[in-house]
Amino acid sequence: MPNKRRGNTPPKEVLEELFTTAYRIRNFETEGIKLYRQGLVRGYFHPYLGQEGIATGACTALEERDYIASTHRGHGHCIAQGANVDGMVAELLQKKSGYCKGYGGSMHIADISKNNLGANGIVGASTPLGVGAALANQIRGSDAVTIAFSTDGASNNGTFLESLNLAAIWNLNFILIIENNQYAVSTTLAEATRETELYKRGEAIGVESHRIDGNDSLVVYETVTDAVKKCRSGLGPILIEAVTFRHSGHHVNDPGKYMPEEKLKYYKDRDPVDRARDNFIKMGKASAEEVATIEAKIGSEFEAAVAAAKSADEVSIQEFREFVEGY
Amino acid sequence: MSGRELMYREALREALFEEMARDDEIFIIGEGIAERGGSYKVTEGLLDKYGAARVRDTPISEASMIGVGVGAAIAGGRPIVEILYVDFAMLGMDMIVNQAAKFRLMTGGSGRVPFVLRTQGGTGGGVAAQHSQSLEALFYHIPGLRVVMPSTPVDAKGLLKFALRQPNPVMFLEHKHLYMTKGDVPEGELITEFGVADIKREGSDVTLIAWSNMVPRTLEAAKELADMGISAEVLDPRTLVPLDREAILKSVAKTNRCVIVQEAVRRGGIASDISSIIQEEAFYSLDAPVQIVAGMNTPIPFNLTLEEASVPQKDDVIAAVQSVLHSKAA
Ligand SMILES: Cc1ncc(C[n+]2csc(CCOP(=O)(O)OP(=O)(O)O)c2C)c(N)n1
Ligand SMILES: [Mg+2]
Repeated sequence: MPNKRRGNTPPKEVLEELFTTAYRIRNFETEGIKLYRQGLVRGYFHPYLGQEGIATGACTALEERDYIASTHRGHGHCIAQGANVDGMVAELLQKKSGYCKGYGGSMHIADISKNNLGANGIVGASTPLGVGAALANQIRGSDAVTIAFSTDGASNNGTFLESLNLAAIWNLNFILIIENNQYAVSTTLAEATRETELYKRGEAIGVESHRIDGNDSLVVYETVTDAVKKCRSGLGPILIEAVTFRHSGHHVNDPGKYMPEEKLKYYKDRDPVDRARDNFIKMGKASAEEVATIEAKIGSEFEAAVAAAKSADEVSIQEFREFVEGY
Repeated sequence: MSGRELMYREALREALFEEMARDDEIFIIGEGIAERGGSYKVTEGLLDKYGAARVRDTPISEASMIGVGVGAAIAGGRPIVEILYVDFAMLGMDMIVNQAAKFRLMTGGSGRVPFVLRTQGGTGGGVAAQHSQSLEALFYHIPGLRVVMPSTPVDAKGLLKFALRQPNPVMFLEHKHLYMTKGDVPEGELITEFGVADIKREGSDVTLIAWSNMVPRTLEAAKELADMGISAEVLDPRTLVPLDREAILKSVAKTNRCVIVQEAVRRGGIASDISSIIQEEAFYSLDAPVQIVAGMNTPIPFNLTLEEASVPQKDDVIAAVQSVLHSKAA
């Protein structure tokens, strides 16, 4: 994988933010799965384990005015875009204090106030929705950039090409990030397409396109930082294919037996959270104590979120009826 | 009684095995249906038996999966396109509505579209707004389509086999809650024609019309009503297009009262259409207005309590029956 790192050392704050965010996502997923196993979470739960580097690097490169659109595997995007875990845990536990008041759940999780268009149950939906957000921003004269997180699976949906093409002819501040984890459930990318280097699809319609190591949040951060800069100076849209691999099956109840062990090992050896931690320690000269403090804080923040969510109320049927009055 | 019980999903699978043996033109495409055997195991083993040419996995390309199915059907093939959730069939609506449904008429009857789209819908277990819909009314609204919604294993098998022998585009709508339900399925050839309702329980005081997953729920209600001394007849149309009007009118003529139970949202639903047929054609045999028990006009919430509140429950059916029995018509 081309590892197009810049030569210079990034500021310590950036390295700290990358590690903190990646670790927060890892902890959310690992602990969230435990809640699922306890029967506290229902429905679908698609873990972001193994892909943390992508949302982390990408959203760290954004400013507050920028937007994202997410996928069915959306917890990581939601966290990286600034959501707090209280509202997310409460959402998984279908509570009124959840970001979507328990109406949405894992697959529709979003902190709308952070310019997150939300997780999505329809594979492929994030691309046109994200292009739409970029269009609205262009029309209102904002230089805000929109990132649509998308997937290898979604790249075979027709709207992938339609919407990227619209972004191109309208010069939108739009970045399409294909999280290529090489599977759509158990279907391999090679079974789904002849050309498995997905960034080439962008080039075919005149969009600047890159293929990068999605397991290094720093590489993602630097690539997206450049892409954001280019977009703001009128050179968008840009496509980034970030190659990665899940650490487990498609959703919590998929054992993922079809994932070859050697390949899994290869990617686990390049664990995005470990790499963010390494970067923080080596390049950022962080001490073991600093790292431990961050990890402990994230751990207790999650525990507090669970405790609060457990004792929180659910939306009542009466409130629900009033909410959809006139629907 | 044959004494042989199958699950709904096993009955569907048996229909596929039998029909693919009978007709070489039948093939099936869908996401994860080949090696993985499909999310509900309906296609398990088909790949081994019928080979990779006739049992194919697809990328996530619903619009084109449905489109190629329609094209293959026009060219004389016998495609089955499996769409994981009826919600995702929305990505292929152009091919269903503008192509499949229209072709026979547009070609003056010389063109045929023997296309079967198998999918599943309905609420179940907190899968939220984009994976829980009951969308049969959308297809019902489009002339040229057949709309099939089996509620039992035996109906699932017989109707799927018939679907694969008739010449029109079929929306074959299964229900996620029914796959694991069991029922008697006799050995041997079993074909269930479209347009023939089935009386799932005989009764004399009120006709309850229900389809798909509302049938078992309505039967439970009927059982409780019997304990209360009320004799409810449960009629399952099985296919909504074509609709067995005659059976409906006959039952209503006998009971003089009718409640229609529909999981889909109330507005613009099939229950409303059936009700209008009854009032037009059986007005004078009614002792009470037809009542509809339907889903709320809402997307399905993730929260389980709210999900349940969104769709008819047994007690809602019982309450509606009590109200039609007590309402005094002139
Ligand atoms: C339009 C649509 N088709 C099918 C599905 C069912 N489905 C959910 S996730 C998934 C696989 C997605 O693979 P990919 O897009 O690569 O994303 P990943 O799960 O690998 O993150 C499928 C088929 C869906 N949600 N939406
Ligand atoms: Mg994938």
